[in-house]
Amino acid sequence: MSREITLIDYGVGNLFSVARALEHCGAQVSISADPDEVRRASKLLLPGVGAFGNGMQRLSEKGIDLAVTEAVSRGTPLLGVCLGMQLLLDSSDEFGLGHGLGLIPGKVVAIPEHTADGSRLKIPHIGWNGLVLPIGRKGWQGSLLETTPVGTPMYFVHSFMACPDASEHRLADCLYGDTRVAAVIGRDNVWGAQFHPEKSGEAGLKVLRHFVERS
Amino acid sequence: MSNIRLIARLDIKGPNLIKGIRFEGLRVIGSPAEHALRYYQQGADELIYIDSVASLYGRNNLSDIVQSAARNVFIPLTVGGGIRSTDDVRHLLRCGADKVAVNTAAIAQPGLITEIAREFGSQCMVLSIQAKQIAPGRWEAYTDTGRERSGVDVIEWARRGVQLGAGEILITSVDREGTRKGFDIDLVRTVAAEVNVPIIASGGMGSAQDAVDVVRQGHADAVAMADILHNKRATLAEVRQHLKSAGVEVRSYES
Repeated sequence: MSREITLIDYGVGNLFSVARALEHCGAQVSISADPDEVRRASKLLLPGVGAFGNGMQRLSEKGIDLAVTEAVSRGTPLLGVCLGMQLLLDSSDEFGLGHGLGLIPGKVVAIPEHTADGSRLKIPHIGWNGLVLPIGRKGWQGSLLETTPVGTPMYFVHSFMACPDASEHRLADCLYGDTRVAAVIGRDNVWGAQFHPEKSGEAGLKVLRHFVERS
Repeated sequence: MSNIRLIARLDIKGPNLIKGIRFEGLRVIGSPAEHALRYYQQGADELIYIDSVASLYGRNNLSDIVQSAARNVFIPLTVGGGIRSTDDVRHLLRCGADKVAVNTAAIAQPGLITEIAREFGSQCMVLSIQAKQIAPGRWEAYTDTGRERSGVDVIEWARRGVQLGAGEILITSVDREGTRKGFDIDLVRTVAAEVNVPIIASGGMGSAQDAVDVVRQGHADAVAMADILHNKRATLAEVRQHLKSAGVEVRSYES
């Protein structure tokens, strides 16, 4: 199993901190904006901070979108973080409809601003929030969260959330008001984390370490 | 709701962590790197770095400090002071910052808020407001680290800033900053009632109870601490425990 990870540089990421956190977890990290290097990578991490449309535009301008989908179809493990997680889905409503990578069926929508009883939720959702099991899921065996206890707080910062079509692609949620936010999604060799594992202290590093060592 | 965030605020001048009273009489506290690591290990939920002289020189000087913090501090880093363009933001994010706090340049050129939000997302754009009370229930926004008047009404500015794309507000009371007299609860409550984004209360924390008060009565979502930590009047664990005992939800953390 390779500890080499290619961190995709498309101009919108907090690259340094993700790279540093991966290195801390024993990975050999290379940062690349080159579609050929992405195609050849043994593992990929798609970071991302910011707006969906802008992120997708930058990925496609450089031809990285196609390189990522090709690599994934050949079995390369991919972890998307925050915006990088949202880009795994088909589309987003943020600043007008935009198309995503389509690796996990579903779409990205705004976090509702009100709870069912009418009280106001602050947007963006910023802060530490505990991971819970999605409805119908028994546990996290065999996933990125294998060693993470239910309830572990992670750091979230986002205004939009991923809504995978299939419940089996939903690994972990967090509760924001009465909204269930998809916190970790996954399908075959593709995973996405809405929280920032590189910014969630030791608990987040544990998730990254799993990706580095086990995926 | 999310847990209330406990944030260590580090004001920087040149290579040093400093602290003043109402942003004046700046005293050197020590090494930013050592303090950042200590606060991380004690369970800070976030760190905020402010380059306190950057606006004067027109540039932010924190790249090296942030880059070095990001090597061993794995929590969110917000960086402010002297940010004037999306290029400045991109550079700081590449150094390891997660969010930027903008004050002076946003007042001079409010469109910058929208540019930053469009390019990096609203959640990256923290509007930093330095507020000085001018009448009961009225505050004026100051720029250049509490040195210059802007003539801008704080409440009006908070509302406009959020419309323009700010995803969070760091509200610092210039009157209370460094005084240990407690937060300006009226200020925080008035701003929190006006906008639907998280509010970080800053300036004046003298005791852990002040944090409880600004959360309960001021409706702050996060509490910024400086002097109380720098001068070891309380540890983060003590503050966390006090909030928890008072029934305020905070992240569970075991060091």
